[in-house]
Amino acid sequence: MIDPITLAVLKGRLEQVADEMDATLFRSAFNPIIAEAHDASHGLYHAVTGETLIQGKSGLPIFVGAMAFAVKAVIDKAVRDGDLKDGDVYIFNDPYDGGTHLSDFKLVRPFFRNGKVFCYLASVGHWHDVGGNVPGNYNPVATECFQEGMVIPPVKLYVAGQLRQDVVDILRANTRLPDSLYGDMNGQVNALDLGSKRLHALLDEYGDATVDEALAELKKRAAIQFRSLLRDLPDGRYAAEDFLDNDGIRDEALRIGLEVVIEGEALTLDFSRTSDACAGPVNIARSTAIAACYVAIKHIFPDVPANSGVLEPVTFIIPETSLISVKAPKPVGGYTETILRVIDVIFEAFAQIAPDRVNGCAYGTINALSLAGHRRDGRRWVMFSFFGGGHGGHPQGDGLNHGNAPISMATIPPLEILEAAYPVMFTEWSLRPDSGGAGRNRGGLGAVYEIELLEEEADLFLFGERGKYAPAGVLGGHAALRNRFVYPKDGKLVEPGMVSKLHDAKLKKGDRIRLETPGGGGYGPPAERKAEKIAEDLRLGYVTKEGATRDYGRKAKEAAE
Amino acid sequence: MTNQSSIPRYAVGVDVGGTFTDVFFLDEAQGRIDIAKVPSTRGDQATGFIEGLRSKAEPKQIATVVHGTTVGTNALLERKGARTGIITTRGFRDVLEMRRRDRPSTWGLWGQFVPVVPRDLRLEVGERVLADGTIRQAVDPAEVKQAAQELLAHGAEAVAIIFINAYANAENERVALTALREVWPNDYVTASSDILPEIREFERTSTAALNAYLQPPVGSYLRKLESRLQGDGFTGQFLIVQSNGGVMSVDSAASRPVRTALSGPAAGVIACQHIAVAAGFPNVVTCDMGGTSFDVSLIAGGEPAMSAQTAIDFGMVVRAPMIEITTIGAGGGSIAWIDRGGILQIGPESAGSDPGPVAYGLGSDRPTVTDANVVMGRIDAERPIGGKLKRLDVEAAREAIRKHIAEPLDLDVMAAAEAIIKVANSRMAGAIRLVSIERGHNPRDFAAMPFGGGGALHVGALIKEVGLASALVPRFPGVTSALGCVIADMRHDFVRTVNRTLDDTDPVILDAAIAEAAGEGGRLLDQAGIAFEGRAISVELDMSYLGQTHTVAVPLSGDFSVPVNLTREGIKAAFETAYAAAFGRVLDRIGIRVLNLRVAAIGKRKKFDLALLAPPTEGTVEAAKRTTRQVWLEGAWHEAGIYRRLDLPLGAVIPGPAILEQSDTTILIEPDLVGEVDRFGNLVVKRKAI
Repeated sequence: MIDPITLAVLKGRLEQVADEMDATLFRSAFNPIIAEAHDASHGLYHAVTGETLIQGKSGLPIFVGAMAFAVKAVIDKAVRDGDLKDGDVYIFNDPYDGGTHLSDFKLVRPFFRNGKVFCYLASVGHWHDVGGNVPGNYNPVATECFQEGMVIPPVKLYVAGQLRQDVVDILRANTRLPDSLYGDMNGQVNALDLGSKRLHALLDEYGDATVDEALAELKKRAAIQFRSLLRDLPDGRYAAEDFLDNDGIRDEALRIGLEVVIEGEALTLDFSRTSDACAGPVNIARSTAIAACYVAIKHIFPDVPANSGVLEPVTFIIPETSLISVKAPKPVGGYTETILRVIDVIFEAFAQIAPDRVNGCAYGTINALSLAGHRRDGRRWVMFSFFGGGHGGHPQGDGLNHGNAPISMATIPPLEILEAAYPVMFTEWSLRPDSGGAGRNRGGLGAVYEIELLEEEADLFLFGERGKYAPAGVLGGHAALRNRFVYPKDGKLVEPGMVSKLHDAKLKKGDRIRLETPGGGGYGPPAERKAEKIAEDLRLGYVTKEGATRDYGRKAKEAAE
Repeated sequence: MTNQSSIPRYAVGVDVGGTFTDVFFLDEAQGRIDIAKVPSTRGDQATGFIEGLRSKAEPKQIATVVHGTTVGTNALLERKGARTGIITTRGFRDVLEMRRRDRPSTWGLWGQFVPVVPRDLRLEVGERVLADGTIRQAVDPAEVKQAAQELLAHGAEAVAIIFINAYANAENERVALTALREVWPNDYVTASSDILPEIREFERTSTAALNAYLQPPVGSYLRKLESRLQGDGFTGQFLIVQSNGGVMSVDSAASRPVRTALSGPAAGVIACQHIAVAAGFPNVVTCDMGGTSFDVSLIAGGEPAMSAQTAIDFGMVVRAPMIEITTIGAGGGSIAWIDRGGILQIGPESAGSDPGPVAYGLGSDRPTVTDANVVMGRIDAERPIGGKLKRLDVEAAREAIRKHIAEPLDLDVMAAAEAIIKVANSRMAGAIRLVSIERGHNPRDFAAMPFGGGGALHVGALIKEVGLASALVPRFPGVTSALGCVIADMRHDFVRTVNRTLDDTDPVILDAAIAEAAGEGGRLLDQAGIAFEGRAISVELDMSYLGQTHTVAVPLSGDFSVPVNLTREGIKAAFETAYAAAFGRVLDRIGIRVLNLRVAAIGKRKKFDLALLAPPTEGTVEAAKRTTRQVWLEGAWHEAGIYRRLDLPLGAVIPGPAILEQSDTTILIEPDLVGEVDRFGNLVVKRKAI
């Protein structure tokens, strides 16, 4: 058996390999969604099952779970074809096998030692544009994946170390931004090359058998660790539900219904009460749903490791008809919104199970906003960005103002970079008063972004959520303010028919659009909020007088005086 | 050390740390050195500073005092800066608080952030500059004055003006600044285009706000020191070390205190650079092991690696050229623990200095790295460093390791102590790999150079684990930063955002911008009134392929003290060289962008002869040997010789296992290593020849 010292040392060494792959791609990527927002991930995966063995610390949290499915899809393909070679790199974006959505391109490389696959290395990154009807690929009215972008099944990008230029040519021909795609793809290849080099050096130093044993042991320990955490939780059945506004096609709410069952060291996540698959793009594949559950678990229990062992004690019940278990060609482009809701319901359920470990729901929508047009000289421009909101109140204090989504560590591009690159001018970039849910510990504030178009014309798209169903508070905490978007139409500022989803609106020079994002939900009853905290909120303008009076009543009046 | 026959003339370096104030004295008249270590005086660093200085020299004998200060860093970490206001563009007062929409940790959503300028002290005025520099709305001076009055009425002592796109055109900020100065009662005023004329509003806002926040405490501290020095008869130069490793005048430091954020550690790296290069080691990784953290910096080809920004704490971003210091949470006080999966972990929780390690006997029962060192006999329990404690409690340390580590892992106590050291070493090795191997350097070309108190115990293991060639332990590891103060050059940095494609960049405009910055740098060097040995201008461009947001630093070669004629071809070639070095390949047919121009003006200060650090030429190894002690290494007790390090003569060769002691550090030479004293008093530790 591997000794405890070598195990602890190898754990750090292996994580460093994955971390370095992350860092290499972040520095060399072309599109800001990877370079600035870190919407990418790298890791080591099991040679037979594809399970996550080691994941980089800086990659997007959702990929920890999702990439195991992606690697398994490649393994299945390689087994079918029987032609796996050292130096092969597979590339694909099929979300039904590989999880998430079409924008995420996965590069998977078998790592050979002595003629045998020791493990797989993989890199995933969110490309700027992969074709489809909408620049940036958040098509809020897609009813099939073909309207969302190109669909590439696992194919070889490299055969035994030789690049297949024809594959690159096909990819380049299917995007609005071929240089960006080419640059990102090269960055991912760089990361795989580097990971391979580092892993060979590590295996040479410690021996293949020892590292193999360490990987197996780390998985086992992760399972032990999570089981011991589960053992401390009270047995029982706990229900929670939350809703998506609509699917972008029909304005009907969609339920994510969850029952959590704790039985000794076992955890069951039962999504039977979830709505059936919908026409629009807020469906997700089963692999994505499981990955989302993993993200929530890791937020509630941050110390559990990032490997597949954690999922061993977990049973998933997800009906095949459900909107979180769809197959091709159901549209899945808005997967971020659905997984955020899956994470929210898990928080809401765990508030009943482990109140000292949870927080109010975060803002719960990424608000993918796309403005696109042509410059006077004919060049195409696409500004595509995600926006922030508040985090939930938590046992230690108020929620963070203007944080990133729980599924990612993405940062927002500087507005000065956006203004320098695109014909837009921001007229406001501020915190949104009253947007945090009231509570003993208040939710953090969402934001207001107002943008004016400086070029003659542009097309406008938005893919958001939480326009009808606000981020919930927990343990008596109030909900946050809802998402709100307005744009000019026929001389008036209006909200989209689908609330936070808008397709193909036209803007003219001087038009302004305004996005107001949700805060986070509150934690604990507002009646327990200290008067001096309310007074401070008023002084700093985090809450308005009206908001405070509504939420805190008489206490607010005293605080104001 | 006074001498009646000639009047000493000192250059003095003073490094004020959390526990001790270190002073390095160079008597330039007589060619002698001395060091002093006095307790730091918390809350009033000036008192410890003056005491340390006066312990060995009279202020009137001092020609130059150079100070590495942590006053700024501490004020940031403890949020003890001034009550500060911001005047900014209407619609943008929350930029400081909204950050770049991030959170402190990947997992867990309990982050919190309190900006240094509260929301009610961030006021907006009408004005707007576009990204191309066009003024869409001019600022109204009367509105600025009104905002200033409001800030004053709310008790603000310092203020920053921060306008959107001010990097592209500073006119509105300049107008606002003039108006502001008419009503602001002091000099604690910062304009963002002055402190950082660079694109990215949050980074510029944070840097400008932190600068204003630090002006009162750092300014008043430095003024107070200056006047106390002068009151004591000091008439020489008083200089401050910046984070970039260069020194600046007190006036510059008082107006740009944010540039002192890493003052102390930067001075240590500068000292290492100088000592290592002189000793024939142009490539080193410096390692500073403290109580809670382990800091590493890379020096390659004799030059320290620089970074463009750092975060002092979550959301407290300082963007300014600085010596790159990579920190991990593994120090002597880091706590060892077993996680629920049964895996041994070190840190990030630390026992700090109070209660400190179990062996300190101050009430902690959770074992630390230091406790493992004590149990293994690597630290002498009877002679603790620092002199505050009489002896260390070995039994308590053993008991803590037995209970918390040995029993859960089913190891005996000594194996458990060794496991703690191995895992801690492995984490520190990871930090060294990060700055060396991960930056494309070959570890065999590098030496590890520990400074500060703790590193020398671990450095032997580190060179073996990372595959470094050797370790270089300077003669006075504990006062390295103070020594660096005496060595540091004067340096002024300038940045200007270009943000154009290379094809659209006019080399003539770049030439002019370089000349302007070089001229301004020259003026600042002139004003310092120092006789420099030489001057240099270095020029760098931040460049990328079109579409990338991260840039690579592209150094341009040439003599920039005279007018230059840059060409696009020359710039492109320099970019491709830098890009290939960073990522292994260049890309065809993709446009190239020039984001920023960076110019540094350097005034080279006279260096003292490091031979002054030379070891004694007389004496023997035997005479330096104090005793022997049992030390646990590689699974067994070894009888190790214990030596007084400073008594070891030039050329002394000490094979491991051995321990070398001096007042401020302990050096361990492991059984398979050997140490040799070089002509500058450094100890060079290498693998034994087989």
